[in-house]
Amino acid sequence: MDTVVKDTLQYRIALRNCGLINPENIDDYIAVKGYEALAVTLEQYTPKKVINIVKESHLRGRGGGGFPTGIKWELTAREQSDEKYIICNADEGDPGAFMDRSILEGDPHSVIEAMIIAGYAIGASKGYVYIRAEYPLAIDRLETAIKQAKSYGFLGNNIFDSNFSFDLELKLGAGAFVCGEETALINSLQGLRGEPTKKPPFPSVSGFRQKPTNVNNVETFANIPAIILKGSDWFNAIGTDHSKGTKVFALAGKINNVGLVEVPMGTTLRDIIYEIGGGIVDDKQFKAVQTGGPSGGVITEENLDTPIDYESIRNIGSMMGSGGMIVLDEDDDMVEISKFFLDFTQDESCGKCTPCRIGTKRLYEILERLTNMEGSPEDLDLLEELAQNVKDSSLCGLGQSAPNPILSTIDRFREEYEAYAYRTKRTTYAIDDNKCIGCTKCSRVCPVDCITGEVKQVHVINEANCIACGACYNACPVDAIIKP
Amino acid sequence: MNTLNIHVNGRPMMVKKGITVLEACHQAGIKIPTLCHLNLEEYGIVNKVASCRICVVEIENRATLVPSCAEKVYEGMHIKSDSLRAINARRNNLELLLSNHPFECLTCTKNLTCELQSLAEELNIRDISFTGKKMDYPIDHSSEAIVKDPNKCVMCRRCETMCNDVQTVGVLSGLRRGFDAVVAPAFNLDMLETSCTYCGQCVAVCPTGALTERNDVPRVWKRLSNKNYHMVVQVAPAVRVALGEMFGMAPGSISTGKIVTALRRLGFDAVFDTNFGADLTIMEEARELVHRIEEGGTLPMLTSCCPAWVKFIEHQFPDMLDVPSTCKSPQTMVGAIAKTYYAEKVNLPSKQIKVVSIMPCVAKKAESARPELSKENLHHVDYTLSTREFGHMIKEAGIEFEALPDGDFDNILGESTGAAAIFGTTGGVIEAATRTAYELLTGDPLEHIDFEELRGLEGVREATVTIGDLDLKIGIAHGLGNARKLLEDIKAGKADYHAIEIMACPGGCIGGGGQPYHHGDMSIIKARQKAIYDIDKNTPRRKSHENEMVLKLYQDYLGDPYGEKAHDLLHTCYTKGERI
Repeated sequence: MDTVVKDTLQYRIALRNCGLINPENIDDYIAVKGYEALAVTLEQYTPKKVINIVKESHLRGRGGGGFPTGIKWELTAREQSDEKYIICNADEGDPGAFMDRSILEGDPHSVIEAMIIAGYAIGASKGYVYIRAEYPLAIDRLETAIKQAKSYGFLGNNIFDSNFSFDLELKLGAGAFVCGEETALINSLQGLRGEPTKKPPFPSVSGFRQKPTNVNNVETFANIPAIILKGSDWFNAIGTDHSKGTKVFALAGKINNVGLVEVPMGTTLRDIIYEIGGGIVDDKQFKAVQTGGPSGGVITEENLDTPIDYESIRNIGSMMGSGGMIVLDEDDDMVEISKFFLDFTQDESCGKCTPCRIGTKRLYEILERLTNMEGSPEDLDLLEELAQNVKDSSLCGLGQSAPNPILSTIDRFREEYEAYAYRTKRTTYAIDDNKCIGCTKCSRVCPVDCITGEVKQVHVINEANCIACGACYNACPVDAIIKP
Repeated sequence: MNTLNIHVNGRPMMVKKGITVLEACHQAGIKIPTLCHLNLEEYGIVNKVASCRICVVEIENRATLVPSCAEKVYEGMHIKSDSLRAINARRNNLELLLSNHPFECLTCTKNLTCELQSLAEELNIRDISFTGKKMDYPIDHSSEAIVKDPNKCVMCRRCETMCNDVQTVGVLSGLRRGFDAVVAPAFNLDMLETSCTYCGQCVAVCPTGALTERNDVPRVWKRLSNKNYHMVVQVAPAVRVALGEMFGMAPGSISTGKIVTALRRLGFDAVFDTNFGADLTIMEEARELVHRIEEGGTLPMLTSCCPAWVKFIEHQFPDMLDVPSTCKSPQTMVGAIAKTYYAEKVNLPSKQIKVVSIMPCVAKKAESARPELSKENLHHVDYTLSTREFGHMIKEAGIEFEALPDGDFDNILGESTGAAAIFGTTGGVIEAATRTAYELLTGDPLEHIDFEELRGLEGVREATVTIGDLDLKIGIAHGLGNARKLLEDIKAGKADYHAIEIMACPGGCIGGGGQPYHHGDMSIIKARQKAIYDIDKNTPRRKSHENEMVLKLYQDYLGDPYGEKAHDLLHTCYTKGERI
């Protein structure tokens, strides 16, 4: 299970079995010590002991918040109630992120096993996996795995002949991003509108059906059996001072090797992007990496050597989030990038509170005005002030973090915003007089015939007609075309 | 320790444990603006969504601002209500709301009673920094009672709290997400297609013009000026204790006489009293109850004067339609008598008489339009105006209401007893019925007319009244959620009541959906209730069967109470509905 992928810096804990076992065969999982952690737990450990192991491992929530898992368990365990619940948050929704999906598709039993252990630790006999309906394969495999676990007696009454009973059910979400927020998830699970409620009360006190409820993310759960079996010391040896273990990232964007990577906390972004990711496509200039999805921000060249953990990534202006990592190169327009994320959040806002419902819409509209070259310097002020307000006064994490892509890119790339706001940004292609050799290739490929010039004479682009298609740029043999 | 030490804007103070930051600031003499917040504590109604983010304040060591209406104080809390951050956030959030609001204030039903408008004034908003798309939903005019303009919805969810938590009708809830989010029926159905009872509690709490009653004033003005019609008007019991509020009079001021004079000046040909109809209702309903008790009919018998309640049982408990009394409501009884007996007396064909009702209610508008409440295809009541609409007519006519001399209702549909007066409050109808049923069953005069045990504002009340050798068990519920509890008990065979009074609105008609806006102030409702009982106390006759004009009506025209002609004119039937 202790799989170090050769020739890389990867270290697989959460993804330890993915691709190595047949996820539809419980015997495959058992063969790699599957359900052994559960057996050890039920036979040797008190619930308190289990919580202590998790606490001492310093495992933190992998959904993005980074709250210590053991403490979350303890808070739920100490509540007196006739009924408690374990919920697995599998409502992964960041654009381009698919860590949880891969775990559920590749190793569903690890999550089931962890949920049973968590149930034992906090005193719950019922668990729910809240999974988005857009993950049909993960749902299939989870259903199969649950059936198999039941037939093996790992789910149901008196597991391993103990007094502990636990049952598990799947609940399909309709794919609303906000349902990844735990109070919204619980509302949706109860058949209510998927919108968050004010905390406190926290789910650990009053959650599903007003009972103490523990909500953990898929990746967090996937770590649990390994921690139980190998102990907290083993886990503590991996990672940084305050962030232990590994993190799965979904590498995407202008990078050669796209896909999931799992690295120890404290790995630098440079290692992830250049060593594991194989660098930027076409050897272009790295511009920034966007982490934390629509709630996160951008990290630039100067911070590529920062060892990444929950704190350090926040200190350099972004956040861990659930692990989305989008690599941007020199061609990327940062205003367009933040507009993309705002388009996402304003659409995914549940609409409950004013700043998120109307504020994100207005933020998006200001960005639209800017990129349409219809904006003004005052729009830029408005954008920043409103972004701060939405962050400051929204009800839940979605709204509070929705302006992050804007604030972070303004901080790092203010000149790009100003170029739009002061309308100094060129939107059309141009020809560098000093480089043009008059080969006519550009004028021949131009679809709107806006390039004129005699053979062997410097050519000129009529900016009024240019549609910025880039055909000339690709055709030019001497790199004389200047991009907008 | 029941007190906590906190700081508000740097000043130390001691407050009670369990209060909100908003309340603490209020105690410190600081006003924090609110919008979605609504606290009708005595009904147990609190809107706690904390969604508008207008009341946000800064709390030391907290990363984000907190909504003061929903945040409880804790020991050592440092509240900053006047920081630049908080002030700007409130202003920004209000500007955001206004940037998505239609600017039709001049012609909006809520002009000058709109809480969003007042807030804009309070926060000194003159320019709105944000421009952009506005919501563009069609306005729902489908029902006879309520107009829904989603474009004015600010997602405060007060209506949703009333419709779901208080009334348990479940028609209104959050729909769609993001910028398009509004409160609406499922699938954005028209109100007419839903099981809406038109109780109007959504209208009563809506801070803006998103939910309003249908405006029937223009049609009434037009008919008043039409010489073809003999215009008859009637006024419900709860109107006279609330209308004065619209003219600066103290809540609970009784303005019966002024109302009569105002109606005459507006041009009505005959001014009748719905209280007459209330006495008539008791004559029928008390007899029906005695009949059901003596003949082994369906018990309990439930009152039927509240149209929202009738609609509620039709949709929510369609298999229990034999429990409500078959009596029509007082307003439709008055309408029915006006277009028959009275028409004969003034020698006019029924179709030449138009009946207008002034009601504390929104649902009465829909009731008037029910096809079965008619005779020979003429509705008993033609137009129903809310207390608010009536107040606006008086203002429009330039009548100085406070200075009006008292007038008297026209006879014979103008006389009423104290029993009729209390129809306006929860507990009143059943008390009136008990007064009459007592004398019917025992034949003895009733000594103690005031049944204190039936009064109050508790959601569900019950009492046993000894009448001869019968222990009459009475239940009372106001608010449809409370009514549901009683009905479920009856259905489960757990309740052994003889008679139950149900009023849809919290407080009864005094808290009706058509009353002047109370803006969450419970003391107004209480003052109205007190006034109702004052009218009763000061009326010479306090039992419906002592109403001489009602007795004359039976003698001259109807024959026996609960008899054949009375059935034809004064009783109705119910229709099964669906839950949508």
